[in-house]
Amino acid sequence: MGNKQTIFTDEQLDAYQDCTFFTRKEILRLHGRYHELAPHLVPMDYTKDPDCKLPLALIVNMPELKENPFRNRIVESFSEDGMGNLSFNEFVDMFSVLSEMAPRELKAIYAFKIYDFNVDNYLCKEDLEKTLNKLTKEELTPEEVELVCQKAIEEADLDGDNKLSFADFENMITRAPDFLSTFHIRI
Amino acid sequence: MSEGEMARLMEEVEEKKKLIATIRNKPWRMKRRLTHLKEAQQFVDKFEGALGKGKGRKWYAYKVMMTKKWIKFQRDFENFRTACIPWERKIKEVESHFGSSVASYFIFLRWMYGMNLVLFGFTFGLVVIPEVLMGLPYGSIPRKTVPRAEQATAQDYSVLMDFNGYCKYSVLFYGFYNNQRTIGLLKFRLPLSYLMVGIGTFGYSLMVVIRTMAKNADVGGGDGDEGEFTFAWKMFTSWDYLIGNSETADNKYASITTSFKESIVDEQENQKDENIHLRRFLRLLANVLITCSLGGSGYLIYFVVKRSQEFASRDDLSWYEKNELEIIMSLLGLVCPPLFETIAELEDYHPRIALKWQLGRIFALFLGNLYTFLFALFDEVNTKLEEEESIKNASIWAMKEYYANYTRLLNDTESTPPPMDPSDVIRGPCWETAVGVEFVKLTVSDIQVSYLTILIGDFARAVIVRFLNYCWCWDLEAGFPSYGEFDISGNVLGLVFNQGMIWMGAFYAPGLVGINVLRLLSSMYYQCWAVMATNVPHERVFKASKSNNFYMGLLLLILFLSLLPVVYTIMTLPPSFDCGPFSGKPKMFDVIMETIELDLPAFLGTLFSYAANPGLIIPAVLLMVLAIYYLNSVSEAYQNSNMELKKKMQMARDEEKNRRNNTDSTNQVMKDLEDLLPNRSLAPPAPPEPEKGPEQEAKPTKMKPGSAGKGVNLQKDVALASPNPNVRGPVNRAPGPRGPGGMPGPGPGPGPGPGRGRGRGRGRGPPPR
Repeated sequence: MGNKQTIFTDEQLDAYQDCTFFTRKEILRLHGRYHELAPHLVPMDYTKDPDCKLPLALIVNMPELKENPFRNRIVESFSEDGMGNLSFNEFVDMFSVLSEMAPRELKAIYAFKIYDFNVDNYLCKEDLEKTLNKLTKEELTPEEVELVCQKAIEEADLDGDNKLSFADFENMITRAPDFLSTFHIRI
Repeated sequence: MSEGEMARLMEEVEEKKKLIATIRNKPWRMKRRLTHLKEAQQFVDKFEGALGKGKGRKWYAYKVMMTKKWIKFQRDFENFRTACIPWERKIKEVESHFGSSVASYFIFLRWMYGMNLVLFGFTFGLVVIPEVLMGLPYGSIPRKTVPRAEQATAQDYSVLMDFNGYCKYSVLFYGFYNNQRTIGLLKFRLPLSYLMVGIGTFGYSLMVVIRTMAKNADVGGGDGDEGEFTFAWKMFTSWDYLIGNSETADNKYASITTSFKESIVDEQENQKDENIHLRRFLRLLANVLITCSLGGSGYLIYFVVKRSQEFASRDDLSWYEKNELEIIMSLLGLVCPPLFETIAELEDYHPRIALKWQLGRIFALFLGNLYTFLFALFDEVNTKLEEEESIKNASIWAMKEYYANYTRLLNDTESTPPPMDPSDVIRGPCWETAVGVEFVKLTVSDIQVSYLTILIGDFARAVIVRFLNYCWCWDLEAGFPSYGEFDISGNVLGLVFNQGMIWMGAFYAPGLVGINVLRLLSSMYYQCWAVMATNVPHERVFKASKSNNFYMGLLLLILFLSLLPVVYTIMTLPPSFDCGPFSGKPKMFDVIMETIELDLPAFLGTLFSYAANPGLIIPAVLLMVLAIYYLNSVSEAYQNSNMELKKKMQMARDEEKNRRNNTDSTNQVMKDLEDLLPNRSLAPPAPPEPEKGPEQEAKPTKMKPGSAGKGVNLQKDVALASPNPNVRGPVNRAPGPRGPGGMPGPGPGPGPGPGRGRGRGRGRGPPPR
């Protein structure tokens, strides 16, 4: 049914299907969404692999991301340059990891990246404080913030270095009952 | 190509295939994935032909497609199922404003609604509809007609409100149903169905309550320690990434903040000082006061019941006197809970525990009320049973008289006289319908009282506080009376006891379940509106998720308590002779015997009679008791092994932490083991002697973990060296290098052997899966 489209070659579509959790129809739909973010920037013909990136500001205005307190971090984590500029490949990758079908381990890796605000591969206290303030819109008092971050590190830190490495984080998050259902964006 | 090369190539091809299958799971950038995918595919294509194994592809693709379809189907089904659950958004809204404890009441209400809907389905479909469709219509037989004497007033509103008149002789109550063994074309056995539905109501409710309790126990206690990662999980898994609506997001922020505050309160409650004696005295005082009030309320009900028995003999009763019992019971239910709550302030418990005490006390109050009510009812039933005897004789006599008159008037002894007009037949007192009427009246008055309470207690209060605040001397909103908080315990218990009354009354008034369904439905909307419009969130916030099983436990208890009266009446009391589906039989369950004799094949009858043999029943009961005992011990064993595993994991984590911080092991066993290791540097000069007494070994173990490595070592030297008096001297000598390959790190370790062994055997803590 879809042989009439000229956006991607068939090999490209197959490759995308192998590399993501999306089906052919969803990938075409994703391209449509990517295109409508900036119709004059994004070419309709991707057969030649054009090099086109959309800036952070356009992407975080998508209705799926608009209300998310971590939207900036999400987009930055998936962008190659770390500044939030996404090519179509990265765009598809982002929604694929956040889709329902992605496995827990994969999501844990990207969750770790998202919450790591200073990008040092550790979740230190400042990262946790920023996370907490974004979650509560800074409604908690500084003492409460301090207490919560302290407790969180105490609970999850296995190797005693007062910050959470990926191993600590993964050990903690894979047991969380809500993780899979909340770390999910439907596109 | 040689064999070895072939094998190696095959292996590589398999690896590449696996890579292709799992490449989407790899945390790589998309470009890298695409390039690797291309490479792998090219490799497989090139060499697969050479190995002649091109066939597996199609089957694999088919399998993958089927798996995808299956996952999609499952997802769709889950979506459909969750879409069917009603009021999800309402409850989420309440949740985000008021926290999980208030929302848990509404979730409980919704669950009750579901259960009642099923019960209503059973009753309606299997009892009411057949009688209406296939049974005799109104007015055809005496039990279905209003007696002549009452017909004048049968349509009056006040009479209908009392559930007399046309209400009494309708499908709502037991008395309407005919005792014909089979009705209609389908030969539907109504009396059997009535009895089965009555018993099935209890059976289904029991099953549902226990299943929910088991599920709650699973979710709550099964997933490791509830407190293991509270804050970490809250921080990283509480934001719902699906939220796209700004209002929902605001609600979510509010609820996350509330939830953090709840946990902080929980955390701080664990660290408070106490003055034990004052607290104990206050708690004792509070309990004494509450027992006094419970006793007082019990006596009041007893007094009112006695009075109502006096009233029963009089005829000229005012409205108050007629409804005194219900009014007093409702008033007690209204006044006592806040009284208990005020007294409970003396006790100063953690909010969750205080809630449990409050629930327990209100439970005792309602239980007393209910059972006193029941005893009053039983008195009435016994009176009616006595009455029945005399009326039975009177009605037979009247029937004979009527026939005699008829034949005399017509002078014709041969034609059979037409039956007496149904409204003229003398009726028995029909105690079952009377009981049904009592329960319906109680339920209705309960509904009225609770709705009025919300209207006056919450709504009027909120309106007054809001509008009088402009012209009042003190700040009504901040001080007294301010807006009300949602009373969780009162509402939950009200719901539980209401359900208890429904269970008790449903056998005598099949329409009661329908009334309850309507009540729960309207209650949901009414209370949701009331809570959002007139209540403020609790000042002290705490989680009540574990209380779910507490509510279920109460419900289970009430289920058993309401089962007892019904089973007693089915088994022992004789049914009325002229109303209901069991009229004419000596006992209600005789209908089962009748069915077994007449409807089922003969061998089943003999089978049942064997099964009812005590010789078979007693061993069966014994077997069940043994099974319970066995399952109990198995579950205990599982719990024990769970605890052991948890302890092991905790130990591993602590060890890892200590190793990282280079402190001594906090683990007692490890310390003891280290003490027991031989001290090699002492071996050559003197023969090793057995360890000296326990008090010297006890010294190092009493040291706090991680404090002064040196001190511990010195004392360990002493402990190990003490048997040899020559070596005791050098206590003050600083420990020299401890043999080959000393420990890295600040202080000298207790010995190279144990140090190395410790590092080697440890690993990196529990695997992260």
